[in-house]
Amino acid sequence: MTKTENNRAWFLVLPVLILVAMNAIIPLMTVVNYSVQETFGDNLFFWSGTSNYVAVLTSERFIHALLRQFAFTGIILLIEIPLGVAIALAMPRSGVWSSVCLVLMALPLLIPWNVVGAMWNIFALPDIGLLGWGLNSLGFNYNYTNQPVSAWFTIVLMDVWHWTSLVVLLAFAGLRSIDEAYYRAAKIDGASRWAVFRYIQLPKMRQVLIIAVLLRFIDSFMIYTEPFVLTGGGPGNATTLLSIDLVKAALGEFNLGIAAAMSIIYFLMTLLVCWLFYTLMTQRDARENAS
Amino acid sequence: MAEITLDGIRHAYGPVRGPDDYALKTLDHVWTDGGAFALLGPSGCGKTTLLNIISGLITPTEGRILFDGKDVTLLPPEARNIAQVFQFPVVYDTMTVAENLAFPLKNRGVKKADVRARVATILEMLDLAALADRKAASLTADLKQKISLGRGMVRENVAAILFDEPLTVIDPHLKWQLRSQLKRLHREFGHTMVYVTHDQTEALTFADTVVVMVEGEVVQVGTPEELFERPRHTFVGYFIGSPGMNVFPVRLDGATAHLDGETIDLPAAASAPPSARTELGIRPEFVTLGETGIPFTITRVDDVGRERIVHGEIAGRPASAIVPEEGEVPAMPRATFRPDRINLYADDWRIEFSS
Repeated sequence: MTKTENNRAWFLVLPVLILVAMNAIIPLMTVVNYSVQETFGDNLFFWSGTSNYVAVLTSERFIHALLRQFAFTGIILLIEIPLGVAIALAMPRSGVWSSVCLVLMALPLLIPWNVVGAMWNIFALPDIGLLGWGLNSLGFNYNYTNQPVSAWFTIVLMDVWHWTSLVVLLAFAGLRSIDEAYYRAAKIDGASRWAVFRYIQLPKMRQVLIIAVLLRFIDSFMIYTEPFVLTGGGPGNATTLLSIDLVKAALGEFNLGIAAAMSIIYFLMTLLVCWLFYTLMTQRDARENAS
Repeated sequence: MAEITLDGIRHAYGPVRGPDDYALKTLDHVWTDGGAFALLGPSGCGKTTLLNIISGLITPTEGRILFDGKDVTLLPPEARNIAQVFQFPVVYDTMTVAENLAFPLKNRGVKKADVRARVATILEMLDLAALADRKAASLTADLKQKISLGRGMVRENVAAILFDEPLTVIDPHLKWQLRSQLKRLHREFGHTMVYVTHDQTEALTFADTVVVMVEGEVVQVGTPEELFERPRHTFVGYFIGSPGMNVFPVRLDGATAHLDGETIDLPAAASAPPSARTELGIRPEFVTLGETGIPFTITRVDDVGRERIVHGEIAGRPASAIVPEEGEVPAMPRATFRPDRINLYADDWRIEFSS
């Protein structure tokens, strides 16, 4: 019996292929193309092999931006994940107030990113902004435009304000899925509040928290708009995170080869971290279920 | 181990506007120390509510609960020293089987050596010893429920162990095995046990005393034998037995009952209030089909192996009779009732013969 092949099936996949090609593959390949060439303007390109990559990886500027990026992502994850879980635990589990809390929580997520940056820009101004003025009247020497510590404090606070809600909503969804019987059994078993959290709530939230950490990692690793609007990477290079540095190289200095190489390295790093994270978590699950 | 007294317990989940708003109607009952009790009734009859009131998960709207004479009505579950096993298995996923069993003891600060000894006993008893170090999350539903049962039994000094339909998720053949295990544990340790179920077989095989509930009301408390032979309420007659009791409307006249023009001899005279609706109840086991008696129209015969269940009608009402496997049933049979097995009801409640 011969197998009939119906090649028309490919036409059904074609629209998706075209879409993916247009918005992912072709742009990525263009970047790959730029990253291995050198240009001096006038659309003249010269093959330069891996020299752009070597230049990026050995430049102090890139290493510093990368370290700042990891510091930023690390700090906001350490704050947002526990804070989000704590808020989700404190929220009413059902009823009108539960819905009110959910709506309030979702509000920051609905605000466009550049608006968030602009809001905090004004909010944190030392002379007229409520936050800046308030901190200074309390005796803190606060000015995010010329003090690196103040600038970091402001972008971290802004990110926590903007994105903790996401963790809250995910953690809350995880908590809601816990059957009432578990809490009843825990009461009968004489479990303390901490034991209920440690042995019932945390294990049931684990899956959604993995997603929360992944999302917050990717988003914060790629963060651009808010710090760009707020501090523009300054004072000096104090808040120049990877993406800001990248845009500076590409559009500020028109160093296309270097910027392209940075992009590829950046992209591979994000991919690698996500993959590592995902495999670690899923392997742990598989091991637990198999044991 | 304790004696549990329910003193005028009533419970309503919402606001109370009338007597129908109570999910659990007024109840006075004493669960004697060391007894095995079953709470039997259809779904939604209030038996789980009653169980949760005993364990303290619900505070009753009215009335008091006493453990050995001490008022515990307002105490939370953890202060009542009670164990409860739920309908669906609850295990702590991140713990091993042994850690799950140790959890209620650890929470109460029991010494490590004692915990280990007690957990080993329970593991042995439930045949879980081989799985002691496995993560509970990876087990099947019936093994998980075994762990829940084990957690219920791990504390030696509990006032009572409450079971809320614990065998619902278990395979039928394992159900039987677990039930006998529970029964054995009851004999060994002598805990007061209260077992909620809607399955009459489960209730009758597990308990010494069965409490039958319907619509938030206790209709009869008795031994399995009493429930079978002298149902206090027509509902108990229907609900217990397979098939349930036959109930026919009758008119009483001294020691005779009139059913649709036919007469039935009663063992003694009985009387009911003149306005009451009077009925006669007879279990299918005590209906004989033969050539004399009341006409019985056969609609269906189920052969269940040891015996045959004949379904039909008497005086236009559904009726059934259990007849032996051997022997003939006439095509147009007549039914006779064993007089000493007849029960009489006035407005659904049993009335006594005046002997």
